[in-house]
Formats: sequence, C-alpha cells, structure tokens
Amino acid sequence: MATVIVVTSGKGGVGKTTTSASFATGLAQRGYRTVVIDFDVGLRNLDLIMGCERRVVYDFINVINNEANLNQALIRDKRVENLYILPASQTRDKEALTKEGVERVLNELRQSFEYIVCDSPAGIERGALMALYFADEALVVTNPEVSSVRDSDRILGILASRSRRAEQGDIPVKEHLVLARYAPERAHRGDMLSVDDVLEILGISLLGVVPESPAVLQSSNAGVPVILEDGSDAGSAYSDLVDRFLGKSLPHRFVTVQKKGLLQRLFGGS
Amino acid sequence: MGIFDNFFSRPPTRSTAAVAKERLQIVVIHERGGRHRSPDYLPALKKELLEVVRKYVHVDQSQIKVHLDRDGDCEVLELNITLPDEEQRVGAG
Repeated sequence: MATVIVVTSGKGGVGKTTTSASFATGLAQRGYRTVVIDFDVGLRNLDLIMGCERRVVYDFINVINNEANLNQALIRDKRVENLYILPASQTRDKEALTKEGVERVLNELRQSFEYIVCDSPAGIERGALMALYFADEALVVTNPEVSSVRDSDRILGILASRSRRAEQGDIPVKEHLVLARYAPERAHRGDMLSVDDVLEILGISLLGVVPESPAVLQSSNAGVPVILEDGSDAGSAYSDLVDRFLGKSLPHRFVTVQKKGLLQRLFGGS
Repeated sequence: MGIFDNFFSRPPTRSTAAVAKERLQIVVIHERGGRHRSPDYLPALKKELLEVVRKYVHVDQSQIKVHLDRDGDCEVLELNITLPDEEQRVGAG
C-alpha cells in the first residue's frame, strides 16, 4: 500500500523543494521505492535541485494528457537506487492539473512505489490544492518567521477541509512540522521565534528542525539533495527527519545553541 | 520623583520574538474562525442553561460562564456557575 506525502507550506521560498528532494532521497536510501513529483507546473525546479534537469524529456502533464506513458516520463536517479523523479511541465499552466488526471497517475504510481512525495507549489491555487488533495500525510515546511507561520496555519486549515480525506470523512491527513532555516542562537537571543513558539501556535507534531545552513545553497548549486552531503548539518537534520518519519525515535538536534569546542572555534566548521 | 518614575516604570524590554508570537497567536486564532467549527451556539446554550439553573437557584446572569476550549483533538465545554451563599439552600429546598 503506497503512502502519498505532500510537502507544502503556503508561502514560497521556505524550503519545500529542498525538503522534497532530501526527504524522497532519504526514503529511497533506506530501501523504499520512492517517486517525487513536481506539482509546480510552469515553474519547475525539482529537476534542478535533484540534478536531472538535462534528462527531462516528458513530464507529468504529458502523462496526464496521455502524450507519454509513465515509464517515459519517470527519471531514474543516478545516485540512489529506488528513487525516481516525475518532473513538472515548464510550458503549460497549472490548469492542466485535472483532479481525474492526477488521480489516474497517482493510482498508476501506487502499483510500483511505496512512497509518493508530492512537491507542492507555493500559494493555495490549483497546483497546491492538487498536490495536497490525495495526500495521506503532509510535511508542512515552516520558517521561524511571522508570514511563514501564518501561511502554514492556513495550509493546515486547507488540509483539514479540502483534502480528499477531509471531503470523504476519512481519517484526517497526518500533519508533520518541518521547521527549516532555524538559527538556535538567534532564537536564544529572542530575535527569532523558537521551536516551542512555532509548535505552540501551529499545534502539530514536530518531525524535524533543519538549521539555516550554507550547505543547502551549495548542494543546490551542484544539483545534489543536501541529505547526500555527508557531515553537513542540514543533511544530517534531513537524515534524522526521515528516520523519525519511519518510526525511529531520535532526539531533536539543532534546537539549542551548541557550544563550540576550541578546535571548531579555531578552524571554523559548520 | 520623575527620575524614580522613569526608573521603575520602564517596561521590561520584550524580545521581538515574543512580539511576533503574540501577534501570530491573535491573527491565527482570528483566521481559524471558519476552520474549527465556531461555537456560535454558545450564547443560546448559556441562556438555556441559565434558565434551567434558575428554576432551582437564583443566580445572576453574570454568574454563569460558558467556555469552549480545544485541547488537541478534544473539545472541552467548561461551565462555571457561582452560586450565592444563602439562597443556595432555599433554592434547593
């Protein structure tokens, strides 16, 4: 039985695609057959973050319109086994995402994948609504900043009222908070909302805290999901997050201020 | 005097994060209105409860407080009635 997970946030630029790429890669690394779908029709970027932009031939919309079959459109990741990418179309607009079409493609993917990760576009328009409609679980990516928290709350409202599970009175979509771009020392100084503040306002369970990190930009430059950057702080945060999603109980890291050791202070280090 | 006033009445400096949290809590609660079924039946419930209670004890309108709270998945209806001391017995008899 495949699980459909939407990565959503409402606000743009908070780390949805970064999270989708690393989350899907992490699931595949752990042996689960995983596909990650870009729902940002017209503004696709998952292909760049995954480093497969030059291998896109057919896309999600082609499959919906029966212009290509899934096997033609799915891109197999070259680094991690069990990982596939379904890119968005760059030339159409989001109206091309019909509920019937999306459902048909998802049902077909369910036959061969264990996890289907849906990378939502920003906003609450058609693309975002389609990305979350069929979800069983949701990763709500939030930054510790007022507009992001407010938009996340709005998305939680939409998950609770406009997803298929909500419409059919099924068990609600399981919501997880991913707090990204967190800076513990700024939160400690009172210059940034703390993890606890955000949890108190949104009232959902915390899946992971991803620290603000230069590794995220660097890995995106290279087209490598940051989870593959061994030893990077953001990469290990995503790695923990995937393990927690799969049921491991791990303590949260990057939440409190780390005292730097002498060597770290002398030589830097992330 | 002025010096002391200034010295003692200076508000403790609040962190910007605390301000952000408070603003968010207010705006989010307001915007959730439609999301969690708003307890619009509360005034009517309060009125009817008061009528029932008044059959037995004389209580003032202001002595009854009805509050609907949300604790995770659980909704808690809190009912608080302050009974007047002497009339309590008279009413019950």
